[in-house]
Parts: sequence; structure tokens; C-alpha cells
Amino acid sequence: MSSPVKMLPSLESLPQRQRATVAAVDWAALSVPEARRLRELGFDEGVGVEVLHRAALGKGPIACRIGRMTVALRRAVAGAIHVSPLAG
Amino acid sequence: MNVAPLVALVGNPNAGKSALFNALTGARQKVGNYPGVTVERHSGRLALADGRPVELVDLPGAYSLDPSSPDERVTRDVVTGTQAGERLPDALVVVVDAANLDNHLRFTLQLIALGLPIVVALNMFDLAERDGLVLDPARLSAELGVPVIPTVAVRRRGLEELKAALAGLIGSGAIRVRPSEGHIGEDIVTLQRRARAIALAATVSETPVRRWSHAIDSIALHPVWGLVLLFTILFVMFQAVFSWATVPQDEITTGFAALQELVKAAMPAGVLRSLITDGIIAGVGAVITFLPQILILFFFILLLEASGYMVRAAFLMDRMMATVGLSGRAFIPLLSSFACAVPGIMSTRTIEDEKDRLTTILIAPLMTCSARWPVYTLVIGAFIPDTKVLPFVGLQGLVMFALLLIGIAGAYGVALVLRKTVTKGASSGFMMEMPKYQWPRMGDVLLGLWGRAMIFLKRAGTIIATTTVILWVLLSFPQVPEGSKTSQVDYSIAGRIANGVAVVVKPIGFNRDIALALIPAMAAREVAVAAIGTVYAIDNPESDAGGKAMASNLRKQWSLPTALAFLMWFVFAPQCISTIAVTRRETNGWKWPAFMVGYLFALAYIAAGATYWAAVALGL
Repeated sequence: MSSPVKMLPSLESLPQRQRATVAAVDWAALSVPEARRLRELGFDEGVGVEVLHRAALGKGPIACRIGRMTVALRRAVAGAIHVSPLAG
Repeated sequence: MNVAPLVALVGNPNAGKSALFNALTGARQKVGNYPGVTVERHSGRLALADGRPVELVDLPGAYSLDPSSPDERVTRDVVTGTQAGERLPDALVVVVDAANLDNHLRFTLQLIALGLPIVVALNMFDLAERDGLVLDPARLSAELGVPVIPTVAVRRRGLEELKAALAGLIGSGAIRVRPSEGHIGEDIVTLQRRARAIALAATVSETPVRRWSHAIDSIALHPVWGLVLLFTILFVMFQAVFSWATVPQDEITTGFAALQELVKAAMPAGVLRSLITDGIIAGVGAVITFLPQILILFFFILLLEASGYMVRAAFLMDRMMATVGLSGRAFIPLLSSFACAVPGIMSTRTIEDEKDRLTTILIAPLMTCSARWPVYTLVIGAFIPDTKVLPFVGLQGLVMFALLLIGIAGAYGVALVLRKTVTKGASSGFMMEMPKYQWPRMGDVLLGLWGRAMIFLKRAGTIIATTTVILWVLLSFPQVPEGSKTSQVDYSIAGRIANGVAVVVKPIGFNRDIALALIPAMAAREVAVAAIGTVYAIDNPESDAGGKAMASNLRKQWSLPTALAFLMWFVFAPQCISTIAVTRRETNGWKWPAFMVGYLFALAYIAAGATYWAAVALGL
């Protein structure tokens, strides 16, 4: 499954306000606590996501909507989340 | 004796659990600690609809029964009946955010699987409705198999219904199954999917409204305006800490001085009177003068927490903190430490990761706290000429600013080193839920403030009182014989210790007078000013120890390199018993305060020495 998924954009590169669904999460790229926290925050295939804000100061964290929640993530973590952008 | 049944409030962070706890128990709360960990235990009394008393305990917010912080571990251990110092609850109230069922139901499912009697509080029901979400509590109850009560904790809605449901659960004869660990292991993804399915079934309709929280965030998290807003808030906060605290601080000082006089008048002179007035009253008074600043600072911190802004501040500062291996969460505690490291260290509790938290505690004393200002002001005033370097930029102010920057740079370097050595380990990163903005309820903020004040006074207070008494003993014994020319300080154990200290600090340019002043200044840095005053006023006790007299006195006794080394010493030296005491409390042992004191003294020694010899070499 890795190759078609890797072709998809990551949450990190998703344009602000572009709606998408989580296609796959590259769990191997994350530390164990990171992966667990990410699961606990509800990141799972098929869930709707959207980038809401990006922090200043260079490569700061991003704020995204997941389900009905807003979650702050660092870019490295967001980079491990592959998404399928929705049309419109 | 009949023990009241125990009911535990459990739920995700941001489910409004504490607000519900406050609404149910009012002011009848107790804040304690779980044994062996720095996790607070909040408990209170509650009368059920039929008058039976129940003990309600508010467990730390958690995302699952698979703990990732000491707080979450306590939550798991209490609901599984394995927490030391806590009974297995007779029932659980699971608090969920009605607007975030997808996520919160997963934890609820895990809790239901434990087998304890459960009632679900479908909290913030009004906000969910305003958000365009129509829910069916009866359907949710049927899906989960437990009672579901819609509540709005901040408006006291649904509380009676919740108590009625609890009355039905407790003592209903249902046999409690001691939960087994086996239930916990269920795969989180499977649970999450089931939670989503149930949430979907219980949702009648949902309109995707662009929440006003997002509208506020487009300013609060804006790359430019977000920072402008953050620094405006911080500016107001610090103005308040410094200006509002002056009057109550002065009054406390006057009050304790009056109390001293009162005791002096009422008791015959002697060791006991000296112990009470110079030891206990002076020591406790010195500690309590910190209280106004602590309360004002915490008032703002609680306000920022309750409104949901704190996570936004952490978001904005995360990048900067990440460069030293910390997360955005460390920003506010470190900033608070510029007023006083004591509340700063106390507020590190908002940092989930233990190693992040420990690192933050260890570097907090390097922030230039308000107790350093009197020392800096005195020495700078005496030795640095009041000339203008640039229009509006005076040399004295510049030196003050440089000392502040050296502290920050020191903290930066220490954090880098600590993160690679003593507090090594993968940073937990920065991944957090950003709660909805909420108008903070003043009652909840005041309750929180009350709890903080009590913790400070009780725990730190006892340690500080003990150490000030020890310090008093060192300074008062043995007593000077009648008619002797030596001062009490000189003659005391402390004075003799100073002889030893003097040998150690001689290489960094300190004379014996400084060594002597450093000992009482262990209580608090600003005491150094009074101590130096005492030391130099000895030959002429009638002279005005303050102000210009003292400055000119200093110039006669100290060289410029010595003065600069003294300033540098105070940038680093852990001359504050309150900070050490609060570190002991927050890290639950003497290991980390001992480490902190050790490394700070070492840095102070090296920095002061380097400054002294550099200044001498430059011919200053």
C-alpha cells in the first residue's frame, strides 16, 4: 500500500482551508507516544481534516480540524499524515 | 464508621469536567496529593437527591486508559482500583463534550467496559446546540447501555437529574466487579470506529457551522496579529503583577513589622522572643509577601487557561521553545518566573511531559525574578555611572538589561545541555487539542486561585518556615558576650561559616563581608541588600544604612571587578529558599532541588569568577 499512498499530499502540504480525508498515517515515521496521542485525537483513515492555521516563526506548528475538534500538531507529525483532498 | 460512597468524575481533557465538579460541590472542596506523585487530588462532598452524602473526586483528564502522563496514570489506577491511597469508586460520572462525541465516546466505551456503575454527563449541551448539532440523549443512552444526562455545568443545568441518576446507581445492590486489566487492551482504532458509529446514531442533524472559535483563531493564531495580541496580553499581565502587588505587599510588610513590635512589647527579651520575632514572624512574613504577586499571576494564568487562550499562546511560541528541546507549553511558566520563580514552577503543572516539565523547573530560576531587582539596583546604582550611551538609553539601564539577557541565555544553554544529558529522551513533541473559546466563570477562577494559595501557604510555607528558623539559629548562636565589640552576625555560627565561605569565594573576588551577606540571603535574594546594610552599619549602627550612604559605603569597600562579579553571581546563584522548597514539592523529593542548587551554584561561581578576572585583566 505504501507507494500509492506516498503519492498523496500530506497534511503538512495541504493548502489552508482545503477539505480532505485522512488516507493513511505513516505510523512508522512517528515515535510511540506520538502515534498513540495521534490515535487518541482521532486520526484514522476516512476522517475529515482541514488545515486551519499555520504558526509564524518559520516552521512552527499547524492547527487543523479533525472531526469536530481543533488540534495543534508539529509539522513533522503532520507530514506523516497522508490525505486525499476533497473536490470543491 | 460508615464511609460515604466514592464517585469519580472521569473524562477527556476539555470536556468541562472541572466546571461540573465545581458546580456539584461548590466551595466544599479539598485539594490533596496522591501519594508518591505530583498529581493533585480534588475531592468534595455532595448530597444526593435522597440526602445521602457522597464523596466526589475529580480525576485528571485523560484520552484513554493507556496513560501517557502521571496524571493519566492516576486516572487509570483509580478507576481500576489500583491507586494507592484511593478506594475503588462506587460509581463513575463520565463527562463528555456533547459537541465532540466522536472523540469522547471512545474513552467512555473503555470506561463502560470496566464494569463499574456509570452515568454519562452529556456536557456543554447548549454549546453543541449553538454549534448546529442536534443530539438524541435517549438514543445515546440506548446505544451505550448506561444513563445519559444532558448537562450545562457552567449554567448549573442538569445537576439535579445527574444526582438523581447517581442515587439510582449507588447502593442499588448491583455487585461491583473489580475491573480486570483485560478489558483495557481493546484496540484503540476499533473502539474509535465504534465510538464514531454511536455518535452518528445519536446525532439527529448536524450543520457544519463555521464556529466562532475559528473566527477568533484567525486573529489569535495569525502570524503577525497573533504575536501582537500575545505580547499585549503579557504586557498587561506583567504591569498588573508589578503594580497591583505593591500596595498589598507593603501592607503585609507593615503588618508583620507591627506584629513583631507587638510581640516584642508583650514578651520579655530573650532567646524565645528572638526566635518568634526574628525567626518565625520575619521568616513567614518574608514568604507571605510573595503571595500578592503569586495570586495576581495565577489569576491571569487561570483566566487564560479557562478561556482556552493558553493553548494558543503555546502554539505561537512552540517553534521558539522547540529549538532548546522544549515545547510551547514551557513558555508561560518561564515567563511567569520573571515575576517570581515560585508561581512559575507551580504553573509547570500544565506541561504534560515529565521531562519537559523537569527541564522547565530546572531553568526557571534563571529568569530575572523581581527579588533580584533590589540587589541589581543597589549595586548598579553604586558602581555604574549614570551616563547616557544613546539618547534615552542610560548605561545603568543597559547593564540591568544585560543581566536579564545573560539569565535568558544561561537558561537557553542549560536547557540545551539538560535535554541532551539529565533529562534526555524523545521530546513528546507538541500535539494538543485546542479547546473552544469560553467566557471564564469567575467562580471557577476564584476557586482555582484559592486552591493555589492554600498549596503555596501550606506546603511551601512549612518548609520555608522551618528553614528560616534554622537560618535564625545559625545567625543567633552563640550569642555575643555583653560588651563585646563584635557584632552578633560576626560572632554567630553563620559568621564562622562565613569564614569558611570566604576562603571559597576569595578567588572570584568576594571579600568576607560578601560571604557573610550571602548566608542570610539564602532566604531570599533581596535580603542581601539588608544583610550588606547590616554588615557595613556595624561600626556605626546609628548611620542610615539605606540609600546613598550605603552606595558610597559600598564603593569604599568593593572594587569594580568585585561589584561586577557580585552582580553576575546573582544572575545564577539559587539564593532563594522558597524556590528550592517549591521545587522539592513539585518534583516530590530532594534529588532535583539538590541538583538545581548544585548546578546553579557552580554556574554562579564560574560566571562570577570569569567576570572578576576579566574585569581585573581589563584594568577596571
